[in-house]
Amino acid sequence: MIYLQLFLSFLQIGAFSFGGGYAAMPLIQSQVVDLHQWLSLSEFTDLVTISQMTPGPIAVNSATFVGIKIAGIPGAIVATLGCILPACIIVTIIAWLYIKYRNMQSLQVVLSTLRPAVVSLIATAGLTIIISAIFGELGISIEAIKIQMVVIFGICMLLLMKWKMNPIFVMVLAGILNVAQYFIIGNIL
Amino acid sequence: MNRDKHKLRKLFLSTLYLSAFTFGGGYVIVTLMRKKFVSEYHWIDEDEMLDLIAIAQSAPGAIAVNGAIVVGYKLAGLIGVIVSVIATIIPPFVIISAISVCYEVFRTNLIVALMLEGMQAGVGAVIASVVFEMGTGIVKEKNPFSLVIMAISFIVTYFFHVNVVYVILVCIVLGLIKTFLQKGREKA
Repeated sequence: MIYLQLFLSFLQIGAFSFGGGYAAMPLIQSQVVDLHQWLSLSEFTDLVTISQMTPGPIAVNSATFVGIKIAGIPGAIVATLGCILPACIIVTIIAWLYIKYRNMQSLQVVLSTLRPAVVSLIATAGLTIIISAIFGELGISIEAIKIQMVVIFGICMLLLMKWKMNPIFVMVLAGILNVAQYFIIGNIL
Repeated sequence: MNRDKHKLRKLFLSTLYLSAFTFGGGYVIVTLMRKKFVSEYHWIDEDEMLDLIAIAQSAPGAIAVNGAIVVGYKLAGLIGVIVSVIATIIPPFVIISAISVCYEVFRTNLIVALMLEGMQAGVGAVIASVVFEMGTGIVKEKNPFSLVIMAISFIVTYFFHVNVVYVILVCIVLGLIKTFLQKGREKA
């Protein structure tokens, strides 16, 4: 029952992604790439890239993208519902409690314990993406290393860290650099 | 009744608009929500909005969706939640549906494939820089408890492929224990 699987997978993604931004990414990867193999690692990376360049949260974007790929528009609707349902219930209850009691402290202590873990989870997912971009999907090996990707990655890091450039601009530039190097180096050799 | 309908329509249209045109993720969208609902419409007062944003950021799920839920609930109860959540997910749903059709068609095109391949290195760099910033923030707090959690979570997920959900559950339990210990100390 593919609809039920989609629904339950995205229900978990919605229920356990704390902290916004990239926090959902490791969960999406573990459900969609590792557990169910609905997307390959490189399709997943494309999805993260597309999410960066369009409005909308990454969890909702992935629900739509994976849902359509696996089971068409109904699949996308089911996955999206699964992904927002936990928030609709949990956040409404918290908002109700807040409007009633106006006390938020416990919530923030729990969040402060989660934050360091979330950083590490994002680091793990990010590292998988970087390794697959540089070595391909088979993992680290000397023969598989793509020098041009190492160079592009280095340039992007420099632009982001040193000059604090806009991430969307940096990603588009990375794409253009790869197209350019293909034709330039291809013509020389 | 008529005024309620008017308010719901306005809520729907403003969350739809914010969701369709906000690039840069949840943190940006809640800031814009504050501008719209506090400064422009005067529907929510400033202090309350700050707390509602804190709820949206600390509960599980996407911040943009959570922001829509708290604002919708505050303004019109459960019907408000439904209206603002639907308005928030329509834009990404439509945009990504359109893109995924193009994606299947264009993925085999050489230029598109090269572009996407290069962008994988780019997005890897973006994530690395985000992790670096978040990580240094936590290291600077010099809280040994946080550092241990950070190190252990990385080791178990990267090297031992432990399911992400378990790591989060364990941290929630630890956080709850910490809350009770602090409460106990305050009472003593």
